[in-house]
Amino acid sequence: MFDYEFLKLIWWLLVGVLLVGFAIMDGHDMGVGTLLPFVAKDDTERRVVINTVGPHWDGNQVWFITGGGAIFAAWPLVYATAFSGFYWAMLAVLWALFFRPVGFDYRSKISHPGWRKTWDWGLFVGGAVPPLIFGVAFGNLFQGVPFSFDDHLVSTYSGSFWGLLNPFALLAGVVSTAMITFHGAIYLAHRTQGEIQWRALRAAGFFGGLLMLSFAGAGVWLWLGIPGYVIQSVVDGSALPNPLAKTVVRETGAWFANYRHQPATVALPVLAFAGVIGAQVLARCGRTMAAFWASALAIVGVIGTAGAALFPFVMPSSLDPRASLTVWDSVSSQRTLGIMLWATLIFMPIIIFYTSWAYRVMGGKVTAAYVRENSHSAY
Amino acid sequence: MVSEQLVDLSRLQFAATALYHFLFVPLTIGMVWLLVIMESVYVMTGKPLYKDMTRFWGKLFGINFALGVTTGITMEFQFGTNWAYYSHYVGDIFGAPLAIEGLMAFFLESTMIGLFFFGWDRLSRRQHLMVTVLMAVGTNLSALWILIANGWMQNPVGAEFSDVTMRMEMTDFWAVVFNPDAQAKFVHTVSAGYVTGAMFVLSISSWYLLRRRDVEFAKRSFGIAAAFGFASVCSVIVLGDESGYTVGEAQQTKLAAMEAMWETEPAPAAFNLIAFPNEAEMKNDFAIEIPWVMGLIGTRSLDKQIPGIKEIKAKNRERIVSGIEAVTALDALRRDPGDQAARRRFEAHKADLGFGLLLKKYVSRFEQVTPEIIEKAVNDTVPRVAPMFWSFRLMVALGLAMLLLFGLALWHSVKGDFADRPRLLRAAVYALPMPWIACEVGWFVAEYGRQPWTIYGVLPTHLSVSTLSVDSLYGSLAGFVGFYTLLLVVEMYLMVKFARQGPGSLGTGRYANEAHA
Repeated sequence: MFDYEFLKLIWWLLVGVLLVGFAIMDGHDMGVGTLLPFVAKDDTERRVVINTVGPHWDGNQVWFITGGGAIFAAWPLVYATAFSGFYWAMLAVLWALFFRPVGFDYRSKISHPGWRKTWDWGLFVGGAVPPLIFGVAFGNLFQGVPFSFDDHLVSTYSGSFWGLLNPFALLAGVVSTAMITFHGAIYLAHRTQGEIQWRALRAAGFFGGLLMLSFAGAGVWLWLGIPGYVIQSVVDGSALPNPLAKTVVRETGAWFANYRHQPATVALPVLAFAGVIGAQVLARCGRTMAAFWASALAIVGVIGTAGAALFPFVMPSSLDPRASLTVWDSVSSQRTLGIMLWATLIFMPIIIFYTSWAYRVMGGKVTAAYVRENSHSAY
Repeated sequence: MVSEQLVDLSRLQFAATALYHFLFVPLTIGMVWLLVIMESVYVMTGKPLYKDMTRFWGKLFGINFALGVTTGITMEFQFGTNWAYYSHYVGDIFGAPLAIEGLMAFFLESTMIGLFFFGWDRLSRRQHLMVTVLMAVGTNLSALWILIANGWMQNPVGAEFSDVTMRMEMTDFWAVVFNPDAQAKFVHTVSAGYVTGAMFVLSISSWYLLRRRDVEFAKRSFGIAAAFGFASVCSVIVLGDESGYTVGEAQQTKLAAMEAMWETEPAPAAFNLIAFPNEAEMKNDFAIEIPWVMGLIGTRSLDKQIPGIKEIKAKNRERIVSGIEAVTALDALRRDPGDQAARRRFEAHKADLGFGLLLKKYVSRFEQVTPEIIEKAVNDTVPRVAPMFWSFRLMVALGLAMLLLFGLALWHSVKGDFADRPRLLRAAVYALPMPWIACEVGWFVAEYGRQPWTIYGVLPTHLSVSTLSVDSLYGSLAGFVGFYTLLLVVEMYLMVKFARQGPGSLGTGRYANEAHA
């Protein structure tokens, strides 16, 4: 059996991997959905755009579902506190996601233009709203979330939905939306040609710039205006998890403490910028496949930067800082973490294997001719 | 104390969204194997008719699948959004099968379904068949892990409470996986899905035959559906999860309630064919009994007794009294973990902790507990009998009716004369809603029958909810009703449109009602 402290750390990494996997895989579908009404003018063009992700969006969405399941299994207190606290935000994500399966699958089954336009905007909502809200949620994590626990660990959330929409959180929402849309644009450039590809590249230029600006802006804001959280008591990594057994204080600049103590982590924000710039350059040279992976590295950089800053906090409490949820005290039992680690080690390579096979089978540019020839089976 | 209105609304929202989700799930589970059968015949014989069958029924399958996915995400979200304390309290056990379901099954199913629809021209015949088989395997494994999670709610094995972390923790993963309750449930539920898939194909094929169009296509589809449906309906009935009802107290309680068995009868007990349960006096005002049958079905033996409701309540009264000790000792331990007297008292009564928690519906401090309150909690431990009794009978009656229909359909498809039997075909058309009603009623029996618990004997329903405002619940419930009504209208519209149009919608030029676009 693995050491408990090791398992707690590895699960912090694995949740990060699932989050990054979600952003890379489901993210490019969502980015394509967000761009759909803007990069494709007529119905054939829209069908081309939709069919670049048509065979894959369903499999990719499972990154999101598995990510949720993994947080439930590995960090049950985080799952419980975050989902119930962010009740309306979560429902907004859920309801936005409703538009995707039906949008993809039902849109092209009826040729009425009004029907198709409605679902195009549905796909836009399903692509744009979830990344925006996830970004806003992350922005709130840095500021602390107003929740507390009673003696039996029943959590109570004292904020409101509108309270989540504060300026810093909205900026984080811009970072997240720009990142996902940029990634979708690069993917679209890889799978299309001609006019649509050109428009996708222009979109990538805009959202890449927006991502770098907002990401840098959020960093400066975090440095100057948002005090971080610090655990004051001694941490015993192998102790049974009890989120009420520590003391926590707020300190200005504390979100940068990890970067001071572990200078190597500065590579993460550097990777974010390098990935965006690299993806732009590669895409314009026609190396769109490489550009996709550069954009994926940018995602690793952005999410990694946020995760490394927060560590070991997952969800700090502004109301009762000692109740903050951390990687040490909001986790499952040693046994469950161990079983889940084995399950991940066994199945993740298999998933990656058949997902890449599916992309290879369906690879190549999607064209107007393809859509016309397959008008009864394609989306 | 948690507001009763909040608990009721949370339950209503979960029940409504779960029952809605299960309008789509059984068809997916069953249709996917019919697609495998049809495509296998295509690969073996090379006849394009079977490819068309796979593609046309696959198209309807896809329309259904989209809503299955949509409404499935709601289920995963809702544990966190609306049942936060539940998620904390049992996430250590309950979360694992959900996460493994994603890793092992749902990824496979969802990746393969993309290739199923888009890969016809890019894969060899054998490769495409393999994709369809993997999609079916993924779908059914998905059901397995979800039902392992659900089975644990009925019969919580392999776990123990920890007073430090204030939650249940896994002690034996394999006990959770091989929980007999979960295994029985899996077989019963997927078989019910197979029946649903078979009924869908049988009904719509019969409709084409009645109109004498696409006859060859409809006859082949009818034959496959009749054989598959007959085997499945036998499996549902014979391997009905009554075989699991002797396992664990939750199932014994359900069994007693759904059979309106107030007294513990000498074995083998009689079966109440029809009864009018009288909740207040704990007896049946009227009953038609068949001797021996209940004992035989329930225990598969002549000598094992099945406990009646009165006996179950008497046992639960003792457990609630012991549970009071467990809760008060736990409170002392939460204040001072070093309190050895409290620890000894807690260890002695730990097994009844959940029963003690039942009282929290009525009191916040245990000094306020009176014998009347204990009596109320005792009465809560058995679900109301009449809804259980009648919904179970409705499910069984539908199962038997479908057995008859599939039996006749198979008989006439072996004889080869079903296409000329309009009465059989009409019966098959009208029987279309039967499996759905049976599935929904079956889930009602399973989940209403577990009340007042979310996890039987461990966590009462009223403690499981998130601390949300009642207004939030009204708002979200309204949102779900709105979205789900809209989605259902759109789905039914497309389903009816393509079912009416028939295989002509493939645009192959071989069928009636060819698509133009």
